[in-house]
Amino acid sequence: MLKDSDRIFTNLHGTQGWTLKDAQKRGDWDKTKTLIAKGPEWIIQEVMTSELRGRSGAGFLTGKKWSFMPKESKDIPHYLVVNADESEPGTCKDRDILRYEPHKLIEGALLAAVAIRAHIGYVYIRGEFHHETERLKIAIQEAYDAGLLGKNAAGSGWDFDLHIHRGAGAYICGEETALLESLEGRKGMPRLKPPFPTVVGLYGCPTTVHNVETLAVIPTLLRRRGAWFASLGTPGNTGTKIFCLSGHVNKPGNVEEIMGIPLKDLIERHGGGVRGGWNNLLAVIPGGSSVSLLPKDICETVAMDFSSLASVKSALGTGGVIVMDKSTDLIRTIARFSKFYMLESCGQCTPCREGTGWMWRMLTRLADGKGKPEDINLLEDVTHAVEGYSICGLGDAAAWPVQGLIRHFRLEIEQRIRENHAETQH
Amino acid sequence: MAKYGIWFRMKCKVANPSSSSCEPFVFSSENEAKIPEILSRYPPSRQVSAVLPLFELAQRQCGGWLPPSAIETVTAMLGMSLVRGYEVATFYTLFNLKPIGKYHIQVCGTPPCMLRGSEELLTTCKRSLGIDCGETTKDGQFTLNEVECLSACVNAPVIQINETYYENLTEESLQDLLEELAAC
Repeated sequence: MLKDSDRIFTNLHGTQGWTLKDAQKRGDWDKTKTLIAKGPEWIIQEVMTSELRGRSGAGFLTGKKWSFMPKESKDIPHYLVVNADESEPGTCKDRDILRYEPHKLIEGALLAAVAIRAHIGYVYIRGEFHHETERLKIAIQEAYDAGLLGKNAAGSGWDFDLHIHRGAGAYICGEETALLESLEGRKGMPRLKPPFPTVVGLYGCPTTVHNVETLAVIPTLLRRRGAWFASLGTPGNTGTKIFCLSGHVNKPGNVEEIMGIPLKDLIERHGGGVRGGWNNLLAVIPGGSSVSLLPKDICETVAMDFSSLASVKSALGTGGVIVMDKSTDLIRTIARFSKFYMLESCGQCTPCREGTGWMWRMLTRLADGKGKPEDINLLEDVTHAVEGYSICGLGDAAAWPVQGLIRHFRLEIEQRIRENHAETQH
Repeated sequence: MAKYGIWFRMKCKVANPSSSSCEPFVFSSENEAKIPEILSRYPPSRQVSAVLPLFELAQRQCGGWLPPSAIETVTAMLGMSLVRGYEVATFYTLFNLKPIGKYHIQVCGTPPCMLRGSEELLTTCKRSLGIDCGETTKDGQFTLNEVECLSACVNAPVIQINETYYENLTEESLQDLLEELAAC
């Protein structure tokens, strides 16, 4: 369990104010100048020590990403981009940071900008978040008025401007290179990598793209030092993480917990338990729609961190925990995820554009009990024809939940086909 | 979020590009005043970046939809070719290329909401408004759509009406909400 004294997001539920004055009372913007004075190398070293991994799904080491940026910004500028295009089904943590802890994000952005030698930052926020955008706008203005952003930000001698850029309703723009394309005024279609954005990013300049949660933990991490952050959780899976509990739990909500908390504890202690009791549990999707589901027997023991979930062929993803009780029609639910990916595929790569539609149509048919048992193998073949054959991760993300369903619930799909077949025979 | 597959969007979303020549779109003086600040966010040689915020501004001025004339004006302003403008306008689902109702009802249909009753909410909307997804009521008050994840999953089911999220809805509370809006 996370001790209250180790909590980073002390206003995650909006019980206190969100303005600069309230944030300062909670310790935000405290001696930011002295942190910056220690220099970019010190900041990067502390983040390296903390072993902080990106909170957007891929889990790449933040310090390492920063170290890839050129050490000097000579002729071309460096950019910091904040990815607030949160739209992964099951995930709504960034929204609460934007609403209730905007100053953690702004301060984190300034510190990151110093580390990567950027003078300009953009927050790419999803277009649907209208009220959240308005709030962030006010928070940024407050920071400018208090001299914390702009010329000589926070008295540090570093100039940093932070702008808001609103998206317009495309899930794919959460992919970092698609986001950059969109920010440059084009369709949000992912770019081929390499070159990675740290070398050729926004406007062809070195760019670091970060998730909101990753940046929002930076100020606290630096104040309390990387070693403190690394002492939480397990080696390789350090720190705290915001988990979003949704679906069939008694008390859905966002909760900050220590990395590596057992999934069962998370659901029982923070989600008020599964609707109808633990034994009524059917399956859990532990990290947003892009990861494989876990049947109840795995949920009994698995821990919520990158390595434990990878060992059961799932992933931590964004930490969006979707709980499903025994009333759930799993095949239809996963079919709906496939529909989501079909609609959100940008259409650039053929395997993803066509394959996501195939998956949706086949799963919908199987959910109705139509088709033949061999169709399950065909469906699995389709997922393997998509996985790894697209420029970005959307194809993989579409394939994994379907593979997870087949891996754990093949018998249920076959049974439905048999039952439907028997019915039509009579 | 996306309403149709990509190819369907490409083909069908533009209402009637040929009608654009009727009346040129002009930003109101109030919106015109906002443009320099928007452009100042981006480097001078990269003003094309402002296409999304300017389309949004134009859509707001036109009452929730982006007519072809507005696409022409904005692309000309930014020195983009017209086809680039259409590319952007058709790609992003927040841009409505047909007029929409006064209240745009967007029901989140992805599983976190689905598990908590979004299908029933959609049925309630259809029954109560007498329209299907993608349609507008005859009086021009309501447009209904099923959308993809709105990222408010812990407060599911969620509906977005214009710019506001309505969370933790039930069929009853939604019915009350729709009646309230109809009376406005």
